[in-house]
Amino acid sequence: MIALFLILIPLFAGLVAVFVNSGKGAKGWSLIASFATLALAILSVYSTNHNQLFFNGAWLPQMGSNFSLSLDGMSKMLALLNAIALPIIIISTYRNDYKNPGRFYSLMLLMQAGMMGVFLASDSLLFYFFWELALVPAYFLCSMWGGERRIPVTFKFFVYTFLGSLLMLIGILYLYFKTPGAHSFALQAFYDLKLTQAEQNFGFWMFFIAFAIKMPIFPFHTWQPDTYEQSTTAVTMMLSAIMVKMGIYAVIRWCVPVFPLAVAKFDGLVVVLSVIGIIYASLIAIRQDDMKRLIAYSSIAHIGLMSAAIFAGKEAGLQGVMIQMFNHGIVVLGLWIVADAIEQQFGTRKFSQLGGLAQKAPDLAILFVVMAFANISLPLTNSFVGEFLMLNGLFQYNWIAAAVAIVSIILAAAYTLSMVQKIFYGQTSELTMQARDSAASVNVALAVLVVLILFFGVYPQPMIELTSDTVKTLLAQVKTF
Amino acid sequence: MNAIILSVIIGVVMMFCSVFVPNKNSYRHIASIGLVLLLAGNIAEMHGFSLFHINTKGMLSYDNFGLFFNTIAIASTLIYVLLSGRDIQKIGTYVAEYFVLIFFVLCGIAILSSYNNLLMLFLGIEILSIPLYILTGSDKRNMMSNEAALKYLLMGSFSTGLMLMGIALIYGATGSFNIEVIHAASPQQGANGMSELSVSFLEIMGMLLLMVSIGFKVSAAPFHFWTPDVYDGAPAVITSFMATIVKVAGFIAFIKLFDARMLGTSVETNKLIGVDWKLLFAIIIICTLLVGNVTAVFQQSVKRMLAYSSIAQAGFMLFALFSMNDVAKEGILVYSVAYSLATIGIFAILVKMKDFTFEGYNGLGKTQPVLAFTNTIFLLSLAGIPLTAGFFAKFFMLESAIKTGTYLWLVIAAVVFAAISVYYYFRVIQAMYFKAGDAAVVEAPTMSFKIGLLLLAAIIIYFGIFPQALLSWFYF
Repeated sequence: MIALFLILIPLFAGLVAVFVNSGKGAKGWSLIASFATLALAILSVYSTNHNQLFFNGAWLPQMGSNFSLSLDGMSKMLALLNAIALPIIIISTYRNDYKNPGRFYSLMLLMQAGMMGVFLASDSLLFYFFWELALVPAYFLCSMWGGERRIPVTFKFFVYTFLGSLLMLIGILYLYFKTPGAHSFALQAFYDLKLTQAEQNFGFWMFFIAFAIKMPIFPFHTWQPDTYEQSTTAVTMMLSAIMVKMGIYAVIRWCVPVFPLAVAKFDGLVVVLSVIGIIYASLIAIRQDDMKRLIAYSSIAHIGLMSAAIFAGKEAGLQGVMIQMFNHGIVVLGLWIVADAIEQQFGTRKFSQLGGLAQKAPDLAILFVVMAFANISLPLTNSFVGEFLMLNGLFQYNWIAAAVAIVSIILAAAYTLSMVQKIFYGQTSELTMQARDSAASVNVALAVLVVLILFFGVYPQPMIELTSDTVKTLLAQVKTF
Repeated sequence: MNAIILSVIIGVVMMFCSVFVPNKNSYRHIASIGLVLLLAGNIAEMHGFSLFHINTKGMLSYDNFGLFFNTIAIASTLIYVLLSGRDIQKIGTYVAEYFVLIFFVLCGIAILSSYNNLLMLFLGIEILSIPLYILTGSDKRNMMSNEAALKYLLMGSFSTGLMLMGIALIYGATGSFNIEVIHAASPQQGANGMSELSVSFLEIMGMLLLMVSIGFKVSAAPFHFWTPDVYDGAPAVITSFMATIVKVAGFIAFIKLFDARMLGTSVETNKLIGVDWKLLFAIIIICTLLVGNVTAVFQQSVKRMLAYSSIAQAGFMLFALFSMNDVAKEGILVYSVAYSLATIGIFAILVKMKDFTFEGYNGLGKTQPVLAFTNTIFLLSLAGIPLTAGFFAKFFMLESAIKTGTYLWLVIAAVVFAAISVYYYFRVIQAMYFKAGDAAVVEAPTMSFKIGLLLLAAIIIYFGIFPQALLSWFYF
């Protein structure tokens, strides 16, 4: 039942939050709800009880579709990430006021419910439902609150992902009619399919384009920097910490195991695209003057490495992707929180207008530097473990691709450290002269993240153990072909 | 049979009401009661209870599909009258007549859903069309309305002519009007000792003309040119009726015609001489989707956008004719419900607006939150977003096409157009919620109107989660 409640709590909390008018009430209510979800997610990590981790209800029996949810290692981890992120987002932005707070927090909770469903669904039609349901609140969140160009930018984001989803729907229906007997939408039925090479090629592209847009990997990434820049930072956190993980998760769960022959055929292409994306995004990030755009491009680079490691198909690499999904979520959350704290205080995110902040805001500076190190994947931070494993996998696949991808770490150092330098060191500008240190709520949120970063940097074993079952079943499934 | 006769009786009764009942406000209540009776009569027939026993000599036949569609059409009309009854009153002076004409249209729909004979098809189409010509021009002092009515009449008469020509050719080829006989007729039995091929040619020509003529009624491209002008010119309440219930009825007629054909041998003979109906429908679908979606993007008026959107939706409904399997027949029923309900809702709100342009909707989310919220649900349904009935409508259409296993490019093209359609539907949402402005309504909507809209939205969401609830009626 845990699986079911992980979705129901944010769903109902979200529906209730619409009717809360006061800002404090809406914040408090959603904070309570998100802590309840977090408690449940932590419980699920330690649970081995089959009844708690699986749920199966009748939905559309005549069509062969069930409301079935399941939690394996990867799902547990992402559900945990999803559950950790929302309270941290709410705490770190506790001092911000949004117009129509009831609606804002309601949509945030609904989005969390939708994404939770994506991570839990083990029926393709249900998966499609949640995939879209996560998108609709995101659309309204990005369009109602945010920068000046938000409406056209969000619209591009929506149409892009919607087109991808519809292609995936074709793929789902295509596989549905390949299942034997009374057709079925169940994930296991898709795993049991023995498709020919040509059939797999078609299905693969139908699914993969949807996921590639969501991740996003080069050249499907153009919606991402604009959307991240224009949305309110709290929403950007949801998008980049969790929503992009939907794409990676979906490739591992719905794409690679179902179409192994097609993956074997197109892996080179995807790895090359991913590596191009890594270098391309890193180079653009170096030239950015806007903090949010820089983080957006840096995020594309990190996602590119994950995608390359998945398609390299080696155990170490896949294990790295698993833990890096979590770690990247944590690190990027921290970066956005700092970006939001700076923007709230100074009303700008431009490096050219900032500088010398370290003297005025030492706490923020210390916490941010840890985040920055994690973004460069320095040893002792959590990202190091993940990136090391991923590069290891990529190296086993093709050493040239790995060598090019490793350059990205140098580039990451270049743009991340220059960001630290431009914001926190150098001359104080007019704006930063009167700077205050960050608020307690921001510090608390960041401190929690720093603890997580250092803990999993030193001792990543729990995370690896949690997800190793998924990696093993995945590799076993691919081998059956 | 119940629906055909009852609708005429109620229509005539309403005609006399206009003489004997002085209070104009009561007409819409009488009409609602009439519709409830009609609905009850039709549901009774679904359960095998028929009020009238008339030997039609096989010209009409009743099956679940037709009867269930009748129920959908009558129920949708009831919802339409309940929501927009006041606005129908406002069209002009002869209030009762508008309702009478709507009942006569329903009679035509009842014939179209049960015809078994090409003559009945012709009668049904005419009984359906003539009241519509009048309704289109019912706003007598408005030049646009007059122009629309005349255009519709001229074009409609022309398409009727084509239909008659087609029926004549088919009769010449097979010697029968009965749709089961004409399709089953194997070529050797062709009349007058004509050769196999020439019979097939005549029959194909006849079917093509019928396809053009019904394609005109459902505004499939390239026979759609009347649609935007007529929908734009007619009073908005009437457009709502034409674009939903009437259009879907055209599809039912279309499907009955080609469904019978699938069982016959004529499809095989057509292939012998190289005519592939699937390809033909695929081309029509692509044209319809292209014209509807791309032109809708450039509209400035929501009403005209909805006219093109109805063409675009017709493109999706044509998938049922393309694939012609069991999923398609279920799907067209779901589609007709999802599309009709959402469009009726959108038009009910549109009629209340002062300004029909997109700018006219700016800030509706603030001034009329209920209207804006329900309108959003209706628009999401038309765009085919999950959790709304519109998703399953599109889902079944795609499913039926993929089930045929061929023409996958057609399905991919269709979803690209579906993504384009998001552009113009979401423009309304953007105007309502994200743009500043104070959208003005003609008069403050009443409480019952708001509750009606909320109920309609709830129905759409319910069918969006449990489409089987709808289909279980089909297999009652």
